[in-house]
Amino acid sequence: MKNNSFREKLRRFVDYGSFREEELKLPRSPETLDTDNPENRWLTTVQNSEKPVRARLAKWFTHRGVQVFDNLYRVAAVFICLTLISLLLSVVSFLPRFGGADNPAVNEVEERYVSKAIEETGTTNAVAGMISAYRGFDTLGEAHVLFVAACSVIALLRVDPSERKHGRLVDPELLGEDMDYEPNSDLILRKAAKLLVPLAFIFGLYVILNGTSSPGGGFSGGALIGAGLILNSVAFGFQRTERFFGDEMYHLVKTACLTVYALLMAYFIYMGANGFDDHVWLGVPGNIISGGLILPINVAVGFEVACTMYCFYALFRKGGL
Amino acid sequence: MELVQSFPFITIVFSLTCGVFCAVLRGNRARTLCLSWLTVTFLMSLSVLLYTLKSDGYYIYRMGKWNAPWGNEIRVGVLEALMATAFSGVMLLSVLGGLNHIFEDCEAEKTNLYFTMISLLMSSLFALIYTNDLFTAYVFVEINTIASCALVMLKSSGKTLVATTRYLIMSLLGSGLFLLGIVMLYGITGELLMESIAEKVREIFASGEYSLPLTVIIGLFSVGLAVKSALFPFHSWLPDAHGSATAASSAVLSGLVLKGYIIVLIKIFYRIFGLSVIVSERVSNFLFLFGFLAMILGSVGALRERDLKRMLAYSSVAQVGYIYAGLGMHSQAGMVAACVQILAHAVTKPMLFIAAGGFMDVSGGNKDMASLTGAGRRDPLGGAAFTVGAMSMIGIPSFAGFMTKFTLTQGALQAHTPLMIMALAAIAVSTLLNALYYIPAVFTLFSRRDDGKYAGVRARYTPSYAGATVAFILLNLGFGVFSQAIVDAVSRGLAMFGA
Repeated sequence: MKNNSFREKLRRFVDYGSFREEELKLPRSPETLDTDNPENRWLTTVQNSEKPVRARLAKWFTHRGVQVFDNLYRVAAVFICLTLISLLLSVVSFLPRFGGADNPAVNEVEERYVSKAIEETGTTNAVAGMISAYRGFDTLGEAHVLFVAACSVIALLRVDPSERKHGRLVDPELLGEDMDYEPNSDLILRKAAKLLVPLAFIFGLYVILNGTSSPGGGFSGGALIGAGLILNSVAFGFQRTERFFGDEMYHLVKTACLTVYALLMAYFIYMGANGFDDHVWLGVPGNIISGGLILPINVAVGFEVACTMYCFYALFRKGGL
Repeated sequence: MELVQSFPFITIVFSLTCGVFCAVLRGNRARTLCLSWLTVTFLMSLSVLLYTLKSDGYYIYRMGKWNAPWGNEIRVGVLEALMATAFSGVMLLSVLGGLNHIFEDCEAEKTNLYFTMISLLMSSLFALIYTNDLFTAYVFVEINTIASCALVMLKSSGKTLVATTRYLIMSLLGSGLFLLGIVMLYGITGELLMESIAEKVREIFASGEYSLPLTVIIGLFSVGLAVKSALFPFHSWLPDAHGSATAASSAVLSGLVLKGYIIVLIKIFYRIFGLSVIVSERVSNFLFLFGFLAMILGSVGALRERDLKRMLAYSSVAQVGYIYAGLGMHSQAGMVAACVQILAHAVTKPMLFIAAGGFMDVSGGNKDMASLTGAGRRDPLGGAAFTVGAMSMIGIPSFAGFMTKFTLTQGALQAHTPLMIMALAAIAVSTLLNALYYIPAVFTLFSRRDDGKYAGVRARYTPSYAGATVAFILLNLGFGVFSQAIVDAVSRGLAMFGA
């Protein structure tokens, strides 16, 4: 028997769980009833009219309301997107012309980058001087964005090596998945890759080392090396790549690169902020050894980017390095 | 330059390196490294705070050989140092309190990645607090976004994957809008350093040119960062993400990550546009309105929840509403209230989430209120922490949360009439609603009417969990007792923040 005294009500209120459960119980829909049968239609009408308004509303929301909401949602989404697009386009038409001589971006900052980069950073490629020396702190952060992205992909996709036996997956759910098979590529691809992979590596190294004196640098050169690694494993299978670039090598290269980068940057920032002379020889602008710390930074960033690119491919392809 | 002035830069750069090392160490070693480094960053931030309080002024730290418009710089004042100290301390305590759960919830081979993400997140929070450059802020917002999604994802279950996907989509949308804002602002001013932009914006505003782009830029910044910090109409990702993650992640995400973005927004308002532009563009009215709605509807959402962690997550929506309501009052007192709320919520909500994690331990891993009945008796330390947290959230004097409501009311009383009435009503209604879900929750947690399923279970305290809960309780009470000193420090910090 239900005790309806004030004390009991208070206890039911205080006892959060049971109180909520009673309130939230949804009305049951007459599932057992064959509502399509015209003979039964009067019955549902009677049942509906006997239900309290709230219950009928709740039923409408759980059945018909979802569809209505779904349609409205699509219409609203398209409407909001179109509004946003037209707003942004109209704002762009108000902005100063890109690259014009009277553009606000042409100011003392840009002037100094163009006129003094060779003297101050020792690079003939002013962009390298800008991203690695003038605004080196931002680029340090950017390199770690790549690192954190690679770590997240590892956390999401890496299959534990203990789940593999002789290179094959043992989890029955994963058997037969794409990741279980080595690529079986044809002769043309293999011959082409034999030619292209060394070229990609050499060209990547060239771009990295000449990043201080010509367009390029760590990010673009590293992408080339990463593409070479991916091509190598597509053409010859992962085992050929794993011979020189496996899990341990990946971690070693990546940790070494990022640590060296952070230490160089910390040295540069600390000396610069305190106004000390950092004793770095800037080299001869235009030569390979030029730009002071920019060259080692480019090498570190290059290998880091190569590792990240290959890591993404290998994890999506086979769930491990 | 004194050595202590280099500490902010050291905490930012070497937190990144600490994360890199954690990625190659085994779980236990990574834990030791990460926790020791967090302790070091806390001590460093504390010494920076003492230094700035003593020297009574801000200083600019040049990040490299070249001065600011050409190079990067960070700017350290009382407010920044106070935030950094609070954030690093809360981060340390949250990881300590949720340590057991981290090792239970993550796959054994991937536990070290959890500490990697914590270190990188700490670094990005420091950078967001100290930065004086919009693009640096964007770079570290990226790190912050990815690392916080990974923190949700590392508890491997289907639910967290769905929650992470939603979180990632919403968060990237916010980042995209924020980046568009930076690009357009660079387009019309040609600067990235905050002071230089502010100068140009004043000129542009005075000349009346570019008035539409300026409005849209302020809108893009506000909406982008509001999505990322879960302001009311954009909060739908938050309860899933914070409710399903492991205890330490929920604590860190609710207590710190949301605030990082709000600090960037405060910087943009204070240092770039200046309060007068914000007021004349009527942005503050929108922020106040949505903050007002969040204060009430977030609490209503919490009232409907029967899952403890989701209830706490909805409560975060309401608490973020307080911050935005303070921001939207466009007065000095409102700003003080917003900053005090950032600190008060940062020391309170993590404690509640850590206690919730402890309750789940003694209730068979369930987090619905029915299973948690009597959990406060089975885990008295967690129960005490939850009670203190609930009192603080309701705003009982001598707890941390009281000062928020006090300063917010002070701010409201200085505002003009319609806003004052709305603000006072929101504070009153929200306090009532807070009490309506926190007090029953506390009563349920200490109720004797459990069904006896977990009656024999007793909490086995590890030093880390016990230490963290006790430290959190003391921190909260300390905040409440010395709240006037904190409000003074915040006002001093704000005075030099925008100058």
